[in-house]
Amino acid sequence: MAQPTPLPTPISAHQPPTARRQARSLRGAGSAPAPALWDVFAEPGGMAPATGFVLSHITDRPGAILWVQDRLSRLEVGAPCVHGLRADLGITRPLLMVQASRPLDVLWALEEGLRCTALACVIGEIWGDPKALDFTATKRLHLRAETNGVPVFLLRNAATANLSAARERWRIAPRPSAPNADDTRAPGDPRWQLSLFKSRHQQPADWEGQHDHTTHRLHLAAPPSDGALAAGGQTRTAIAAG
Amino acid sequence: MERWRRAAKRARQSPLDDLPFALTREGPHGPVIHATNPMAELGGVLIGSRAVDARALCPALMLAEADPAADAAALRQLALWARRWCPWSATDGADGLVLDTTGSAHLCGGEAGLLADIEARLSSIGFSQRAALAPTWGAAWAMARFGPHGAQILSPEDMASRLAPLPVRALRLEGETLLLLRRLGFKTVGSLLDIPRMALTRRFSRIAADANPLLRLDQALGRLPEPVNSPDEPAQFRALVKLAEPIHDIAPHLPDLARQLAADLARQNLGARRLRLWAFRVDGDIGQASAATSTASHDADHLVWLLGGQLAAIDPGYGFDALLLEASDTEPIRPAQPGLDSRADSGLPLPALVDRLIARLGAQSVLRPMLRESHIPERAELWVSALTGAPDTLTAPPVTALRPARLLDVPAEIIVLYAVPEGPPAQFIWWRKTHRVTRYAGPERIAPEWWHDRPGTRLRDYYRIETEAGARYWIFRQGVLGDGRGAIPRWFLHGFFA
Repeated sequence: MAQPTPLPTPISAHQPPTARRQARSLRGAGSAPAPALWDVFAEPGGMAPATGFVLSHITDRPGAILWVQDRLSRLEVGAPCVHGLRADLGITRPLLMVQASRPLDVLWALEEGLRCTALACVIGEIWGDPKALDFTATKRLHLRAETNGVPVFLLRNAATANLSAARERWRIAPRPSAPNADDTRAPGDPRWQLSLFKSRHQQPADWEGQHDHTTHRLHLAAPPSDGALAAGGQTRTAIAAG
Repeated sequence: MERWRRAAKRARQSPLDDLPFALTREGPHGPVIHATNPMAELGGVLIGSRAVDARALCPALMLAEADPAADAAALRQLALWARRWCPWSATDGADGLVLDTTGSAHLCGGEAGLLADIEARLSSIGFSQRAALAPTWGAAWAMARFGPHGAQILSPEDMASRLAPLPVRALRLEGETLLLLRRLGFKTVGSLLDIPRMALTRRFSRIAADANPLLRLDQALGRLPEPVNSPDEPAQFRALVKLAEPIHDIAPHLPDLARQLAADLARQNLGARRLRLWAFRVDGDIGQASAATSTASHDADHLVWLLGGQLAAIDPGYGFDALLLEASDTEPIRPAQPGLDSRADSGLPLPALVDRLIARLGAQSVLRPMLRESHIPERAELWVSALTGAPDTLTAPPVTALRPARLLDVPAEIIVLYAVPEGPPAQFIWWRKTHRVTRYAGPERIAPEWWHDRPGTRLRDYYRIETEAGARYWIFRQGVLGDGRGAIPRWFLHGFFA
């Protein structure tokens, strides 16, 4: 896979904490200049990681979360589990759940929710590529989010990245989790492959995120380069040069 | 009993009158009989006996649960309805009404006419009754319950003589006083009247006022006053507009109605929870629209918006000549202090958002989580309609074990390769796709809740697993091979970890 040079420079988790904090603050400054529309695409098996990713980006802004699902999303990948959100992701805010049967209703509910400034954020889940979700719809969502200062996240599953007015577009896939110190056979802290493939504020880049379930923070690191392949590539270039 | 029969008739599940039937309520040792129909009475079913005993006596007995709270509410409503005969009425105990008909009997053709009217009207709405008219509350109570059948009218002159043959229970006495009187040999009201007063006063000097037979006797004979404490009618909030010319479009009139209603409500610090709009058509038909709010509101614009979507569904016919907007259910609103910086919050408040969502998508589509104490994951959290007003903060004991970020409503069945009988999963097929398990944690065993589940429900062994691709799932095996509760255990996928 071609590695685009990310800006700001992603750094490994093994670097000193000061550097890591710097990187996070850079990301922080780059990621949330103003509440906007984010498109978050889940790769196969990546809906729960995408949920975790979105929830780890909720700011300190007080208020409830409005969560709008269409019927297929609820059937296929389930509803958020309140106990899970509390224990794993540290979300203790009140939830308001809307189950809509059509994507059009989801979009309407999202827009309606964005008028309410008492919300911390609005999350919408839409399965596939419905006709209703076109550029105009995303533009409307984004403008509403910007005017009222409420961020909106669109969680997309089984979808293609069509034209959209989203300010940041992410693709999330699961990665094998971190080693578990207590039990080597058990999964540890979750790791996600995060690729930002379109952004208004920074260059697209890939990261590997690790969610710390005790502090509820998302640590970003450079994606692990495939050692063997990279080494092989280097040798090949060397031979070609020689 | 009769309220239940009316409800059953409405639901077309009314049982036949020639079958024994009884209502039950919860007693200290299981259900007890609360009310019976005549067939059950003939079968020997006694009110207050245990339901299992009654079943043994009368095997064909059908049972249903009574709802005393709703009965009491219905009786309160009936008391208000009874004000058609007199200005003061109140409920009396769990099964009685008392009406103060002073000065209003002549409106129904005298006292006999009044009683006949009461009997006819109550029978027509399906209630059996025993009515009595007497100069005092106590005497009327006694005659209605212990007097001879048929409408009874007591005059001040013959009151004492007609009360005399009634049992002492007719004096509204209960329990220990009754027991004491029986031990002393008093069986009828008359025997109490014959005894010198001083002896009785000494005997019952330490008894509370409402259990004192002398006081009760005085009240029944009119020597002590006992006024009827008639509750006020609940205020009704209505806004009516009568139109000179029939109209076809309600929309222009609705804001005015709503403003009028909202002003009425705001004056009393109340807010509407349920709204109903009645549109009276020229030809006598009535069109209706109704809306509900999640928190009480007296914001006219908001109320208009909630009803606005339904106006198109009301058929105007030849036009409407009157419109009535009614707040059928109200709740107090605490006036809120605006912030000191007097900066108006421009956005939509959260309750208003909930109402708007409900108005368009339906009450069953807008949900709030309700946490409960249970180990079964799907029982530990319930999604209830936001209209029912669950608390905003999540206050339930935290589950200490790890729970997934997303939970399927209905666990999906998967095919799992595992070391029989209780080995960890090695590989599973979900949706025709094979996933190899690389890491696992568990099992976390969750036993069925015997107080909820049917006998034979199998336990669940939950595993937190990670596949080759890195996706983390929560799967469980239902039962153990050889637990005597079914054949080979089945596996289900229940949740997704972040």
